[in-house]
Amino acid sequence: MNHLDPVRHVRGESQYVDDIPTQRGTLHAAVFESPVAHGRLLSLDFEAALAQPGVVRILTAQDIPGENQIGGIVPDEPLLAEEHVHFRGQPVALVLAETEHQALAALAFIKAEIEPLPIITDPRVAAAQGELIVPPRTFRMGDSAATWSQCAHVFEGVAESGGQEHLYIETQGAYAYPTEMGGVRIISSTQGPTAVQRHTAHVLGIGMHQIEVDVTRLGGGFGGKEDQATTWGALAALGAYVVRRPVKLVLDRMADMRMTGKRHPYSSDFRIGLAADLRILAYEVTFYQNAGAAADLSPAVLERTLFHATNTYFIPNVTATAYSCRTNLPPNTAFRGFGGPQGMFVMESAIVKAAEALGVPASAIQRRNLLREGDLFSYRQPAEMCNAELSWDTADKIYDLEKSRAEVAAFNAGNEQFKKGLSVMPICFGISFTKTPMNQARALVHIYTDGTVGVSTGAVEMGQGVNTKIAQVAAQTLGISPNRIKVESTNTTRVANTSPSAASATADLNGKATQLACAALRERLLRHACTEYTLNYEGLEIHNEQVLAAGVAADTNWEKLVSSAYWKRVSLTENAHYATPDLHFDPTTNQGYPFAYHVYGTAYTTVTVDCLRGTYTFDAVQIVHDFGESMNPAIDQGQIEGGAVQGIGWMTLEELIFNEEGRLLTNSLNSYKIPDLYSVPQHMPVHFLDTPGHPRAILRSKAVGEPPLMYGIGAYFAVRDAIRAFRPGHLADFSAPITPEKVLLNLYPAAVAAAVPVAVSAEA
Amino acid sequence: MLHFYLNNQRIRTDQPAGSTLLDFVRYNQHLTGTKIGCREGDCGACTVLVGELQPDGQGIRYQSMTSCLTPLGNAHGKHIVTVEGINAAAGTLTPVQQAIVQEGGSQCGFCTVGFVMSLTGHALSHKPATSESGLAAIDGNICRCTGYKSLERATALLTDQLAARPAENVVSWLSEQQFVPAYFKDIPTRLQALQTELQAENEANNQKPEARNQILGGGTDLLVQRPEHIRAVPVQLVYDQAHLRGIRQEADGRVVLGAAATAENLRDSPLMQQLFPRLPDYLKLVSSTPIRNMGTVAGNFVNASPIGDLTIFFLALDASITLETAAKQRRELPLRELYRGYKTLTKEADEQLVEITFPAPASTDFFNFEKVSKRTHLDIASVNSAAWVRAENGFVQEARLSAGGVGPIPLFLTNTSAFLAGKEISAETLAAANAVMQTEISPISDARGTAEYKRLLLRQLLFAHFLRFFPERIALRELV
Repeated sequence: MNHLDPVRHVRGESQYVDDIPTQRGTLHAAVFESPVAHGRLLSLDFEAALAQPGVVRILTAQDIPGENQIGGIVPDEPLLAEEHVHFRGQPVALVLAETEHQALAALAFIKAEIEPLPIITDPRVAAAQGELIVPPRTFRMGDSAATWSQCAHVFEGVAESGGQEHLYIETQGAYAYPTEMGGVRIISSTQGPTAVQRHTAHVLGIGMHQIEVDVTRLGGGFGGKEDQATTWGALAALGAYVVRRPVKLVLDRMADMRMTGKRHPYSSDFRIGLAADLRILAYEVTFYQNAGAAADLSPAVLERTLFHATNTYFIPNVTATAYSCRTNLPPNTAFRGFGGPQGMFVMESAIVKAAEALGVPASAIQRRNLLREGDLFSYRQPAEMCNAELSWDTADKIYDLEKSRAEVAAFNAGNEQFKKGLSVMPICFGISFTKTPMNQARALVHIYTDGTVGVSTGAVEMGQGVNTKIAQVAAQTLGISPNRIKVESTNTTRVANTSPSAASATADLNGKATQLACAALRERLLRHACTEYTLNYEGLEIHNEQVLAAGVAADTNWEKLVSSAYWKRVSLTENAHYATPDLHFDPTTNQGYPFAYHVYGTAYTTVTVDCLRGTYTFDAVQIVHDFGESMNPAIDQGQIEGGAVQGIGWMTLEELIFNEEGRLLTNSLNSYKIPDLYSVPQHMPVHFLDTPGHPRAILRSKAVGEPPLMYGIGAYFAVRDAIRAFRPGHLADFSAPITPEKVLLNLYPAAVAAAVPVAVSAEA
Repeated sequence: MLHFYLNNQRIRTDQPAGSTLLDFVRYNQHLTGTKIGCREGDCGACTVLVGELQPDGQGIRYQSMTSCLTPLGNAHGKHIVTVEGINAAAGTLTPVQQAIVQEGGSQCGFCTVGFVMSLTGHALSHKPATSESGLAAIDGNICRCTGYKSLERATALLTDQLAARPAENVVSWLSEQQFVPAYFKDIPTRLQALQTELQAENEANNQKPEARNQILGGGTDLLVQRPEHIRAVPVQLVYDQAHLRGIRQEADGRVVLGAAATAENLRDSPLMQQLFPRLPDYLKLVSSTPIRNMGTVAGNFVNASPIGDLTIFFLALDASITLETAAKQRRELPLRELYRGYKTLTKEADEQLVEITFPAPASTDFFNFEKVSKRTHLDIASVNSAAWVRAENGFVQEARLSAGGVGPIPLFLTNTSAFLAGKEISAETLAAANAVMQTEISPISDARGTAEYKRLLLRQLLFAHFLRFFPERIALRELV
C-alpha cells in the first residue's frame, strides 16, 4: 500500500497551519526577541511601536495570567523574558497587528534597555564555571580504571560534533482562536499536542480541558517541533486569550533559525583500551553537551547519549559521564537520534584513533567487538534477538568489504588529484522513550454506519508515514480496505494525554493501540454475527470485507454486518490503551530494561575527494538495515534514505556558526547549507535484512525513524580516510562537520601558515 | 494595473509591482498549494511556472521561478501557473504527480508542490528531456526529508515518458498525456489578445516617470535584501524590456549583452557556448535553474556582492558596462572601476546599467571559472575566481585574474595579472604569483569560511586554472 498523504501533497491540497483559511478578525503576531545573548532586562519602550499602523496590542510577561513557565523537564524557561534575557532570539514581547506586514514592521520600533552580562557559548567553559542544567550522569559497567593496566594499547583524544538546524521546510507556527467559556483552540504545527496543551493551560492559568490542540500534519519536524513548538502555540494562545480575537503566529525562516534550538553540539574526551587481539577492554568518555540557555529536552538527550555511548559494541568496562552545560545559545532540543549520534561519533572516533595508531583498518576493531546475543549494554539490558553481526556479515557478503577496499586502493594509486575514502558504520539504536512512563498510547476508533472508519490516535503525521501505517493496521485488523479508513487529525479532545511523536516509537505505540481497538471491534462484530446469522464463532473472520465462516463466505459482508450491529445497539466505537510491556529503568542506578528492542544495521560509505579544491562527492552509501518484517517497505526505505542523507548533512555540510556574542552567523538557507539533490550519494542501495522482526514492534515491523541518521556518521570517516590517502599519516582532529574548509586545511596543513604573509595578516 | 493569467483565470490587480508573486498567489488569490519555505529563493517550495509568449506570437516558453522573489510586476502579460492550474480532475494525478507518488518522492509534502512544478516545467521545456536535464529541473528544490533518491527515480520515470514527446505541438501532446489541462492550448491566443489590449492601453496613457524609480530586474537580490522597501516604493521594471535583452557580437568582435540578460540566457546563447565551451559547467555552479531564469547579469554587477559569480566571470574578460541616465546620457565604464568599496558603486543613483560588452576571447586564449562553496551547488562561493590567459611557447603573454570572497569588492587581481605577464609557465612562477596574490587580497572570516581558508583556497584555485590550461607543463604534486 502506498503512503496515503502524498496523493494530497502532490496536488497541493494538504493543509498546513498557514494554509488554514483565516477567520474574520484574525490578528497577526510577531515576536520581539532579545537582541543580546545575556543581560538584565531594564526596560521596554513600546510607545513608538504602538503608534504604528495596524498595531493592536503588545504583550509582555506582565500580561500572562497564569505562570510564565514552559520548561518541560526543568522549570527554567519563561514564555516571555522577565528581568533577564539568556540568549539572542529569546522571546521578549508579542506584537499583535491587523496584518503580518504591520506586525513585523512594528518590531523595529520597540526599544529594549538591556544591561549586558558575560556570555558563554562554549560548553567546557560553562562546565568549568559550574553552569550545569542538571547534575552530571555516569553510566558505569565493570571497572574501567582498573582495566587500563591490562590493556595492550590505550589511546585517548578529543572529539567534537557540531549542532544541526532542523530546517523543517514548514517553519514553526500556530493559529489560536478564543472559544466560548474562556478557552482557546490552537491549530499547531507540533509533534507534541499535549505539551502545547499542558503548557498553554499553565501559562493561561486555566484547566487543560479548556485548551484544545489540533494538528493535521507538519511540514517536517525531525524533533524540532517536539518541545519547541510549544512557545509559538502558547504565544498565539496568549494573544487570543487576552485580546479575544483569533491570532496567527508563523515564524519567518530567519526568525525561526535565530530563535529555536537545534541538535546539541558536543565536545568530548575519550580513552579506549584494547587487548592485543583488538578486543576493546575499556572505554571512558566524558561528554560536554552544549544545552543552550534552558533545559528544554537536554537532560533526556544527554541520557540517550549515555545509552548509545558504546554504539553496537560490547565493552566490558565502561565509564561514561555526561555534563549538560548551560550556555547563552537558544535552548538546544530533540533532533532525530536524540543525543545517540553524538555518543556514537565519539565511539567511532576512538576506534579510528586506535586503528590509525595500530595500522589496522578500523573495520577490524569494529567487527571484533560487535554485540552478540546476551551481551550486556552498560545499562545492563541484554542484547536480545541481536542482529549486529548478522547485519555486518550480510553487508560484507553483499557489498564485499575486501573488494571495495581494493577498488579504493587501486583508484588512489592511479590518481593524484582525486582520492577515495571508505568507511563502515555499524549502528545499534534502542527503541522506546527512555522515560518509561511515556511509552503509552491510545486510539479511538469509530465505525460509522456506512462501514467507513475514523481512527484517532496521538500520532502526528510529519512525513514519516505514520498515518498510512495506522490505516494499514486498522484495515488489516478489521479485514477491510484501507480506502474505508480515515486517520483523523491529532486532537487533544479526542485522544488525551499523549506522548509526543518522537523516539521512533510513534507507529509502534499508536499502531498497537489501534490494533487493540480494532481487534476489540472485530471481536464484537463477529460475536454479533454469531447471533445474528447463527454462525460458529470459531473460524469466523472478516477478509476483504467479506465475513467468512471457517473459510466459507457467510451471508453477510462488512457493510451489512456494521449496519445490523448498529440496529441491534452494538457499540461501534472503541477506545484502547497500549503500554509497552516489560520496560523499566532506574535513573539513580542507571540500570534496567529501557528499550522494547534494538535496531541494527551497517553502512559502507565511499567518497571521492578533490584534493585540489577540498570538495567531495559521495559515490555510494550501501546499507543493510534491520527492518524486522517491514509492514510498508516503500515508506521504510524512504525513512532509511532520508535519515542517512540527513546524517550525512550533519557530518559534512551543515555548520552552525555562532560568534562570541552568541549571534548565529549561519542564519538563513543561503548560509546554512543542507543536502541538495546533487550532494546525496550517487548510489544508495538499501538491503532489507532477513529477520523475523520483534514482537514488541507493530506487526513485527521495526521502528525506522531515527536509526538511519547514524549511517551518516560514516560520511565523516570516509572523508577522513580519503584525506589520509592524499596525506598518509596525517592525524586530523575528530571534528565534525568535515566541511570543504576543514578538508582543505587538513590536506595542506603546512601551507596554511605559509599562505598568510605576516604584514597582510596583521592588516586583515 | 497589472494584467496576466493566473492558471485559467484572467487577473487585473493594482497590488504593488514590487510585491511578491508568492504573496499574491497565497494571500490574495488564496491558492495555498504554493508554499513558503525561506523567502530567499533557496528552497524552491514556492516554485511556479511563468509562461511568456514567444516573439513569433505562437508558442509559450515556460520557465520555473521561485515566486518568493518574483516581482508581481514581472507577471504582467504572462501566464503564471501554480499547482492548482495543472491539477486534473479530483482523484486523478498528472504523470508528474503520479511518478512522485509511485516512487515515494513525497514525505512531509511541504516541498512537494515545488518539485511538481519544476518537473512540469521540465515537461513543458522545448529542449530534449534527458536524465541530466530532468535533475537540473529540480536543482533548485530542497527536500529536508530528503526523498532525493525517490525523486531521482520519479524523474527518471518521467524522462522515459517524455522521450515520446514530439518536437512540434508540445502542449497538445502534453495535454493529451494529461501533463497539463487542455486550457493550456488556448493560452497563446489569450496572451496575444492581452498584449494587443495592453499596447493600446499603453499608448493611451503614455506617461514617463519624472524621477528614476527603484530599478527592479529579476528580484533575486533586492527581494531578499529589502522586500518591504521594494514593496512600498514605485519600481521601474526592466526584466521584460526588449531593448535590454539579447546577446550579440559586433563587427569588431566585441560581445554585447543586454543588461536584463539572465544567467540562463547566457547558458542558452549559441554565441556564448561557442566562446566558452565549458559554460554549462560554470553555470551549473551558479545558483539554481529557477534563480538563473530570473537573475540578470546587470543585477549581479550592481548588487556589488564581493562574491558575485557573474561579476567575477566578466571581470576576467575585461568587460565594460554602459550606464545611462534618465535623460539618456550614456557613458562607458570598465567593470573593474564600478566598485568603490563594500557594496558601494561609482555609478550615480540616476544611472542605469543598460549594456555589458567584452572582447571575445580568441580561440587560442585560455579561460576558466572556478568556484568552491560549502555545498557545491545552489550555494554562495567561499571563494570564486576566473582567469583569462594568452600564452605562447610556454610563456604567459597576458593574463587577467579575478577573485571573489577575498576582499570587500569583487576583485580584479591587478598585481597578480601583471606579474604573470611574460613569465614562463612553471610551478615556480605560480608559487611566486601566489605570493603576489596573497598581498592584494584581504579576506575576512565569516560564515563562508575563515580568512586562512580563503587564502589557501584562492591559491588552490589559481593552481586549478593553470592545471587546466597547461596540464603538460605543471603537475599538482609540484605545486603543493
